[in-house]
Amino acid sequence: MTNILLILQFTILYGTVLSLVAFGGMFSEHSGIINIALEGIMVIGAIAGAVVLALCQRAVDAATMSAGTVQFLTFMQANPGFIVVLSILAAALAGGVYSLLLAFASINLKADQTIGGTALNLLAVALAIVIAKSINMTYLTNSANPQVRYVNSAFKIQILENPRFEISWFFIIALIALIAAYIGLYKTRFGLRLMSCGEHPQAADSVGINVYKFRYIGVLISGILGGIGGLAYVVPSVSTWNFEQGVTGFGFLALGVMIFGQWKPLRIFGAAMFFGLFRAIANMSDTLFPTLVMNGFTTNIFNMLPFIASMIILALTSKSSRAPKAEGIPYDKGLR
Amino acid sequence: MKNNFWKVLGGWFKKTAQNIGRWFKSLFVSMDDKEPKLRTLMNSPKTLSFVSSIICIIGGLLVGYLIIILIDAKNATSIFGSILKGGFANPYGAGYGLGNQLAYTAPLIMVGLSVLFAYKTGMFNIGVAGQYTLGAFGALYCAIVLNAPWYVCILAAMLLGAVWGAIPGLFKALFQVNEVITCIMFNWIGLYMVNDLMSSKITFTRVINDNLTISSMFNRGGANTWSLATVNKSSLLPDWGLGELFSGSSMSPSKVSIAIIIAIVIAVVIQILLNKTTFGYELRACGKNKNASKYAGINDKSNIILSMTIAGALAGIGAALLFLTDIQQFPKSTTSLSSLAFNGIPVAFMASLNPIGSIFAAFFVAHISEGAGLLTGTTFSKEMANVFTGIIIYFCAFAPLVIEQLSKRKNRLEMQMLEEADNAKPKEEDGKEVNL
Repeated sequence: MTNILLILQFTILYGTVLSLVAFGGMFSEHSGIINIALEGIMVIGAIAGAVVLALCQRAVDAATMSAGTVQFLTFMQANPGFIVVLSILAAALAGGVYSLLLAFASINLKADQTIGGTALNLLAVALAIVIAKSINMTYLTNSANPQVRYVNSAFKIQILENPRFEISWFFIIALIALIAAYIGLYKTRFGLRLMSCGEHPQAADSVGINVYKFRYIGVLISGILGGIGGLAYVVPSVSTWNFEQGVTGFGFLALGVMIFGQWKPLRIFGAAMFFGLFRAIANMSDTLFPTLVMNGFTTNIFNMLPFIASMIILALTSKSSRAPKAEGIPYDKGLR
Repeated sequence: MKNNFWKVLGGWFKKTAQNIGRWFKSLFVSMDDKEPKLRTLMNSPKTLSFVSSIICIIGGLLVGYLIIILIDAKNATSIFGSILKGGFANPYGAGYGLGNQLAYTAPLIMVGLSVLFAYKTGMFNIGVAGQYTLGAFGALYCAIVLNAPWYVCILAAMLLGAVWGAIPGLFKALFQVNEVITCIMFNWIGLYMVNDLMSSKITFTRVINDNLTISSMFNRGGANTWSLATVNKSSLLPDWGLGELFSGSSMSPSKVSIAIIIAIVIAVVIQILLNKTTFGYELRACGKNKNASKYAGINDKSNIILSMTIAGALAGIGAALLFLTDIQQFPKSTTSLSSLAFNGIPVAFMASLNPIGSIFAAFFVAHISEGAGLLTGTTFSKEMANVFTGIIIYFCAFAPLVIEQLSKRKNRLEMQMLEEADNAKPKEEDGKEVNL
């Protein structure tokens, strides 16, 4: 029973991350921009959120120790939820701003979206390490290490006490995002216009839709969701994150989830939970299958499984792919 | 007789001087109905791509400098300076620093070649990291477990890298799965697989000497693989005296070896293969227009697989050229992909996809990496170099396009001006000619 609950908890944890980021990718691709940079956007969101979290907590601690009278700090101390909101906002903002770099390069300058996205991925990890080290050095631990430390208890909602079962606030956000994505894409004028930009931008432009604007919005939404997804991966599970490892390929996995989900919100949510289950099993392989692990079926192999599974699924489904037709092609008004 | 000789010589000099003069004149002025040569050179695609690379690099450096200022304004100039100085600022002497820089240049050339070779066939090989990891495993397995000499290690690395490169090609050719996704997934599969193989599966016992018997690929501390100098000297790449040449004042020789020579030779071979052979022509045709080349009778599927296989082999050799110099060891159970392998992408694009250019681009990347590696005791770390290369490749994504557009517009404007000038000429000129 405990094990099942634990698997469920981990599944929701990882499924949340994957669905948030895959929704982001979905919005971007429906507008016609391939967002390979999701991995980098996650890293930037994670570092921004984690740093804000750590700095706020440090400020609160310092205020408690010196019995300071700064009203804002005492307010934060009394409402730990405020710090949660603040750090999530920081992650969303950072992800959104970072994604604008991709939007600018691929929409205005008609750059190759894959190269631009790859550049942002490479830059994000390096930038995160530099920022983590310098923040640690100046404000937190006085040593230049790439690990950020924070307290993550305020992010969790305890549902069962014994046996313990918790979900994070991010799961609620993911559910809201799911509903918003479903309604937003299929039931509103905005969503249909967005999708038309990814299917046939020339036709969309001919009826007066501003393709550039909608592509910018698509990428921006993906940046915001990707940033939140990055924080959702880093913060609820552990209390220290080493930014040298980025987000261990979860952004790319989310792209696989998005393709598996055929660019449709409900299917993506299902696919994300399915992959989350894989990852949960990998995390708990030691306790779940002690005999398998003893016989050389190590955590490494379990870690490989989601990637292998996504490759098999991609190979089987790629021929009937429902990818937006114009994705990856810069929109040139002159070619209308 | 004597007079005649001087006459001939004088005539020859005069003619040569005239020819040289004409040549110089033709650089700037249009002659024989050809436009000035300097303008031809300026407008040639090679010059444009060279200029755009330089602009990308300068832009990348400037933005990187801004980031440094944002984080630490007080020491910004000195930090930026020491990154730019690269290995030359090594505390053990410029020779030593330059040697190590060359040791890192060799694998960077290889990963850069890997990316550009695949790109010529229209494939974006972002799977270099996986191919590189497999290559590292092949080389180190042969060196540590099998006690093999260096050339066998390189071959093993090449083979494993080729296998890992062929997979995305196969997925693309058989199932139409985008190679970018396959490459990325197989990066992680490769990393976890190598972690798994290295840490537990391999059991062996090798007696090195009376004091040392090894039974694992990892050293006593357990964090990295054994140093090859300790367990198998024959697997180290020979240095042909290069190490002595590039050594510091009171230091042991640097880690430069024939790796750099091998890498440059391979770059030249790739240049010839791509531009002077039918095979290379077919590969490039596939990259330019898949359907047209199919129509012309080129088998695009086998070309895709073959080009990815070769790209993988190049990345594998790159890993061997790094680890067989013993400049660093493979870490145990790492959860991050090699950033050196990913630097193949900036190298390839900074070189404007030119194999020979990738030698210089790799040297530049190694240069700023070495420079950033010396930033100890500051808030900045060696990752600052990756910030620079990241920004540079971001610029590389669009700079060539923008510059091409600008030069096209400039040419159009010039054409317009010429036409206008023609139109503005008095019409009587035609009449004069008739009268004459």
